[in-house]
Amino acid sequence: MSTPSDFRPTATREVLQQRAHLLQRLRQFFTTRGFLEVDTPLLSTDTVIDRHLDPLTVTLFSDPRQMQTGPTYWLQTSPEFAMKRLLASGLQRIYQVTHAFRGGEAGRYHNPEFTMVEWYRIGDDLESGMGLLGDLCEELLPYGRPELLSYEAAFERELAIDPHRADVASMSNIAQKRNIAIPDSIGSDRNDWLNLLLAECVEPSLGQDRPTILFDYPADQAALSQIRQGPPAVAERFELYVRGIELANGYHELLDADELRRRNRVTNEQRQADGKATLPEKSRLLEAMDAGLPACAGTALGFDRLVMLATNSESLEQVLTFPIDRA
Amino acid sequence: MGSYGTSDFRKGLKVQIDGDPYIMIECNFVKPGKGNAFYKCKLRNLLRNTVLDRTYKGGETLEQADVVEIAAQFLYRQGETFVFMDNESYEQYELSAEQVDDGWKYLKETMVCSMVLFNNNPITMTPPNHVVLRVEYCEPGAKGNTATNVTKPCRVETGAEIQCPAFINMEELIKVDTRTGEYVERVKE
Repeated sequence: MSTPSDFRPTATREVLQQRAHLLQRLRQFFTTRGFLEVDTPLLSTDTVIDRHLDPLTVTLFSDPRQMQTGPTYWLQTSPEFAMKRLLASGLQRIYQVTHAFRGGEAGRYHNPEFTMVEWYRIGDDLESGMGLLGDLCEELLPYGRPELLSYEAAFERELAIDPHRADVASMSNIAQKRNIAIPDSIGSDRNDWLNLLLAECVEPSLGQDRPTILFDYPADQAALSQIRQGPPAVAERFELYVRGIELANGYHELLDADELRRRNRVTNEQRQADGKATLPEKSRLLEAMDAGLPACAGTALGFDRLVMLATNSESLEQVLTFPIDRA
Repeated sequence: MGSYGTSDFRKGLKVQIDGDPYIMIECNFVKPGKGNAFYKCKLRNLLRNTVLDRTYKGGETLEQADVVEIAAQFLYRQGETFVFMDNESYEQYELSAEQVDDGWKYLKETMVCSMVLFNNNPITMTPPNHVVLRVEYCEPGAKGNTATNVTKPCRVETGAEIQCPAFINMEELIKVDTRTGEYVERVKE
């Protein structure tokens, strides 16, 4: 018996062919809708500030004999900042197919380097943003048009609780009743508990009969989306699920630069409390938003996961040429 | 011993929880939306063989277990005690009958087994996947019956009873798969 070789790809030739075909259809989808394909840098001095996203860095050395010395650039966790700068500069409908990088993310559905499709359309709001994502899902996957389900309705349906109001004690109760393994370090952050219940109880049921778009997230999980005042106030954020797998994340985009400055501050404080490095709060995105980002919606989609679902594959490595452990 | 952070978590990792050694037999990374990362793990207790379901949040750590695997030669059995020797250090280790479990069925003197040490104490022993054993006693072989699906019990040199095909005779050698306890083939001397 020969030892398995590391130089070969983990995806079969058939899957690679289907992958290429899917990419053609995706480009066709955007071209027929008047979107311009753009190509923005992977390296930037700016990076998204997210509590749970850890960007990788690259040092642009000036002396090749000291490769660790020089300014730090961030490998982009998504092309969001650069694409919004293009929108603020007058482009109306843009999409991009690019590699994105996220430190520490590796598993059945994660690879630290992956392919992302991201698009923006000026004039879109929550509803039309979800509508465009629904069109794309219906066109590229054989599972029909997504149903729309609010975050609140999903929690009500699976767990009979109101995610916007439930306290930690009641969520802990539910987790215990359902025999969920609870991490020792979970603490008393409501969002950590919501995420645990989402991952353990809600997500597995999403998108089973047909794709599901989950929307109206808790206001403190807004990231870069607009908040719609309530009660309860909700983040105009949406995610597409197919067969329990999260495929895309979209926002009715936040336009207010000062609100973003405030969120950046809060997020950095949380990162510090988590023992993580803070990330630069100044960015050219803020300058672009100060200059005026037109109202729009945008969505990022994990292309590798799309290929996985389209080819009935079991894991990301079956659709990647060389996943990280043989990259 | 140091510790492993969640980003080190993977199948096969040996860790210590509440004083017991565990091997990670499954680790699934889940990360809902923009939420925190969870590592859903299954861990098998190396002393008791029980399986533990644990979920860890990104940033948690697990203590490393001082677990090493060595090649050990079986020397002899003394009552309920099985004595082995580390092939490299010549150090001797004793395992109880309970720790050896079904392994006694295949143990012949000088056989090299794989042994797991936890804090330098032996905890388990695994014989080679295939061993050749002499048949000490069985009913006479049925001449001409070469079918392997007709079986009969035989007693091998270790004292264990193995199911073998009807054509096997006393004093013949048979190869046995120690993982299933099943007869594989007849071996010529």
